Amino acid sequence: MNVQLPTGRELFESKRPGSADIAWCPGCGNFGIRNILISALAELGLKPNQVAIISGIGQAAKMPHYINANGYHTLHGRAIPIATGVKASNPELTVIAEGGDGDMYAEGGNHLLHAIRRNPDITVLIHDNQVYGLTKGQASPTTMKGMKTPTQPWGVFEEPFNPVALAVALNASFVARTFMGYFRESVEIIKKAIQHKGLAIVDILHPCVSFNKVNTYTWYREHTYWMDDHDPYDREAAFKRALESDPLPLGIFYINERPTFEEMVPAYWKDRTPLWKREPKLELVKKFFEARKL
Amino acid sequence: MAEFREEVSIVLGGAAGQGVQTVEEILTYALKKSGYHVYANKEYMSRVRGGINTTEIRVSSRRVRAFVKRIDILVPFNRGTLSWVEDRLSEGTVVLGEKENIEEAFLGKINLVEVPLTKMAMEVGSQLYLNTIAAGLIVGLFHGDFSAVEEYVRKRFGSKDENVVKKNVEAAEKGYELGVKLCEEGAIRVEISRDEKVKDEVLLTGTEAVGTGALAGGMNFLSFYPMSPSTGVSTFAAQHAEEFGIVVEQVEDEIAAINMALGAWFAGARAMVSTSGGGFALMSEAISLAGMAENPVVIHLAQRPGPATGLPTRTLQGDLNLVLYAGHGDFPRIILAPGSLEEAFYLTAEAFNLADRYQVPVIILTDQYFVDTYYNLPAPDVGKVRFERHIVEAKPGYRRYELTEDGISPRAIPGYGEEVVIGNGNEHDEWGDITEDAELTIKMQEKRAIRKLETIKRNAPLPKLIGNENAEYLVVSWGSTFHVVEEALEKLGSGKVAHLHFSWVYPLNPEVRRFFEGRKVIVVENNVTGQFADLLWKELGVKANHRVLKYDGRPFSVEEVLEALKGVVE
Ligand SMILES: Cc1ncc(C[n+]2csc(CCOP(=O)(O)OP(=O)(O)O)c2C)c(N)n1
Ligand code: SF4
Repeated sequence: MNVQLPTGRELFESKRPGSADIAWCPGCGNFGIRNILISALAELGLKPNQVAIISGIGQAAKMPHYINANGYHTLHGRAIPIATGVKASNPELTVIAEGGDGDMYAEGGNHLLHAIRRNPDITVLIHDNQVYGLTKGQASPTTMKGMKTPTQPWGVFEEPFNPVALAVALNASFVARTFMGYFRESVEIIKKAIQHKGLAIVDILHPCVSFNKVNTYTWYREHTYWMDDHDPYDREAAFKRALESDPLPLGIFYINERPTFEEMVPAYWKDRTPLWKREPKLELVKKFFEARKL
Repeated sequence: MAEFREEVSIVLGGAAGQGVQTVEEILTYALKKSGYHVYANKEYMSRVRGGINTTEIRVSSRRVRAFVKRIDILVPFNRGTLSWVEDRLSEGTVVLGEKENIEEAFLGKINLVEVPLTKMAMEVGSQLYLNTIAAGLIVGLFHGDFSAVEEYVRKRFGSKDENVVKKNVEAAEKGYELGVKLCEEGAIRVEISRDEKVKDEVLLTGTEAVGTGALAGGMNFLSFYPMSPSTGVSTFAAQHAEEFGIVVEQVEDEIAAINMALGAWFAGARAMVSTSGGGFALMSEAISLAGMAENPVVIHLAQRPGPATGLPTRTLQGDLNLVLYAGHGDFPRIILAPGSLEEAFYLTAEAFNLADRYQVPVIILTDQYFVDTYYNLPAPDVGKVRFERHIVEAKPGYRRYELTEDGISPRAIPGYGEEVVIGNGNEHDEWGDITEDAELTIKMQEKRAIRKLETIKRNAPLPKLIGNENAEYLVVSWGSTFHVVEEALEKLGSGKVAHLHFSWVYPLNPEVRRFFEGRKVIVVENNVTGQFADLLWKELGVKANHRVLKYDGRPFSVEEVLEALKGVVE
């Protein structure tokens, strides 16, 4: 891609031997998302050891290996609960959960719903290529009706999942959609998502050049538009926009500032120390036993 | 006249929601406070109202910690109780209650001492006082300290209003007087010597023993999805969350529960999940992740009979195979099964050090019988708990999965040190990045499944041998059957039999083999196939000559174990 990349990025460029062999197909949208993410982290002035990228399984979920930041490549669909546990144990970390549309919307669908309710202060980046990449081209929850795949040879007949409408309907804290082909705009959205206090969901459209012959770079350019006149604090307007399907609106749909999970749990009411620095409160255990002498 | 000396077993029976639990609480409190050793255990149906639930309370001049089948005094609070416990009644059983609560078929056949509880309650002012009267009555039979009853009533109802306290004390007094009178009239006689030391001991449930152990071990994160009989531990944690500074979250399912806990450990917290077999089944995918990513985690599994939803409120030791083999691929794990409340406290605390040190799942196996049991014991010595922290700083060049001799790679956590930490559930290189290299795969498989396992085995504590080392027979117990085997063996009083108890269940130290050499082995366990006996064979080549098994969803009683042992030993 032919864009001017900002400085500060070298910090996030991994020098580990295993990072050299990138498993993405040439031309895949995942490269662009990687560039966007590194730029966003660098522009926010973060340090690699302050960031933790928790991914599920899929092509998208290989991201932690191609970046220099703390990372945990986990299980299909489980990035969100794991990221929630990381953030709740050390609120000082910037925590990002990352995965594909299959990962986050199919296998991990239930976790997404409940994370919206729970509102941990994490950023969820969904690489939405409208297909399963790693398992070679089966339909995903966001595949458009009629698309033929090796496992849906008759064409997909299920209604595609609308993550943006769902998130707004559940009163999520921050909901956005972007297309990775728009570099600068995407960096800005992801920066805002990371800075947002509370759960930030960003659906990132990206082409899968190997298995999705419908939703190509050109298709995304032609079937999306930027919302210039939208007030993200207006939930009804956000919901209306979320229901538009062609062209798909891009930008921040909805912002709903509300207390985060880490702010609500009693563990941090009096003490903001990360859990790993805490020691057992043996005196209190003793006190408990005293009380049990009755 | 019915006379009970030095030991009595009282069973209270009633419908769920009838307040039997109140009676039980007042009784155990007041009797312990009076200097008697107490033990209590309940048995209940999976329903919120109705049905029949019973509680057994043993009161003794010596320490008692096991379930007996025998009922000395039965207090039925509803009709149906007698039929429910029919096989536990004997000629010596005294039924203390109202005729309305006794099925016709039993009248004339039992030793009934009628006590007009309802009438007395109405005299005090309402049916509501029946429970307090019953509690007072039983304490009266012992000539226990009435002030202890009064104290309890004040504690329990004190916040309501003074009149409620007054009325309840009055009710308890009426009951107490009747109890004393029954003794004087010679209808019943209880003579149990008191032990002053008991007064300074604590009354603890299995649930609390696990809960306090976790707190002493530094647990600061607990995620769970409710499932009987494990929920008590989560409730306990939630109730202490503020005081102890614990993140406690009821999540959407067990899958989220364990994954959240894995994330918490990844970031350096000491996390636990509490669940039952069905919930653990859902967790097995994440157990496998813990194995591959070498992510520590502590799991409390309170067993109940399966498969599937089985008997939700009953007991079994049927999930050993589940925890032994859950998760795909080869990786080590540690399985602990406390036999006493003391063990539950110390082992649960230690579980966190073990998870931290070996970076494996550590599973604490209890069961419904164990978590619902309580008795008096000297307060566990908090000073004996070691707090070991195994986290290292991520210095430049840090490799999360460094290949080491003992199979244990130093574990750093995000944010501590300059370097980054990469965890991975895919096969990985030393840094944590994905690999498909054949040679590296071999090294990593061997590191986890062989070298690390060997290290754990070498350091695994040995089982506890009670009795003669050269006894002809060796009775093996694991987990919650400890006390019942212990008491049955005391009663058997044979020098030919020793007792070997396992609270560290897996992996077994190869040295354990020597305990079995030249002995006839009897394994006692609460399941249908003898899962632990099979494990002994698989791990150590030890063959069980006899398996004493029980699998009706009820715990072993001392009598049953004694009978079974007599059959084998003689
Ligand atoms: C429990 C489980 N089921 C299935 C799989 C196989 N699997 C791996 S990735 C994947 C879907 C990937 O699609 P998506 O999440 O959209 O990511 P992409 O590869 O397109 O980036 C599936 C089904 C798995 N790894 N684990
Ligand atoms: S399969 Fe598709 S999503 Fe995966 S790397 Fe290739 S192009 Fe990208």
